[in-house]
Amino acid sequence: MSEPDITLYRLQACPFCERVVRTLDAYDLDYQSRFVEPMHADRDVVKRLSGKRTVPAIVDENTGVTMSESANIVAYLERTYGEGEETAGGAA
Amino acid sequence: MDLDFDVVDLDPVDHPEEGDTAQDFTRPLVNEEFWEDESLASLCADSDRVVLVFHAMDGAFPATYIWNEIRDRSWHERATVVGVSISTPYEHKQLLEEREIEGNYRLFSDPANGVAQQYSIDMNLDGMAGIEEPRPAVFVLDSDRTIEYAWVAEEWPDFPDYDDIEAQL
Repeated sequence: MSEPDITLYRLQACPFCERVVRTLDAYDLDYQSRFVEPMHADRDVVKRLSGKRTVPAIVDENTGVTMSESANIVAYLERTYGEGEETAGGAA
Repeated sequence: MDLDFDVVDLDPVDHPEEGDTAQDFTRPLVNEEFWEDESLASLCADSDRVVLVFHAMDGAFPATYIWNEIRDRSWHERATVVGVSISTPYEHKQLLEEREIEGNYRLFSDPANGVAQQYSIDMNLDGMAGIEEPRPAVFVLDSDRTIEYAWVAEEWPDFPDYDDIEAQL
């Protein structure tokens, strides 16, 4: 069993996190979920990684990228793994 | 325990024995900062020795006693020691904090008691409709999940022989 390249730090029932999950699923990306504390002040693991205590946050070993904010993450995933960018509008 | 009445006897069960390979499972494993799905196989692969401790739900006094004892004996210095109970990850985080074992011990969360069922050590709880949990049990495993030591409670409540287990570590 190899570990997925992408680790998603998430909070249960957080809609911003689910938004990122939808994008990961849409691109069929394998990821490992790590669930953190509802209490913002206790999320030191996320703070150490991204500099902020907000979730979602992802770490992508494949590219060395760590980032937070769902809109940024979705844009990053589209840019990196989406069809169309590298394949210039390749067929669906 | 030295009591002047009989405690509850548990029926004999066909649980995994020394020399068997412990069945693999994957459940959320809770540490001091987060939880993530983790398999027993990967835990074992990363350690020479894993101690798997099935205990009563977090908050029940046997869970408190067992973790106080393991903490005081510093088993984490000699093995990877993990608990399993039916409590949720949120409750596990609280147990880690309250027993002051954060950083040294981790807990698998198994609310549906499926791991105990896999190991044939599930038991119903009288007076708590719809809830079952593992009977108290301890398995010491090597890196291939071979069981080096097995103890499963035959009465309720019951506690492991800590010295016996420690001799295996």
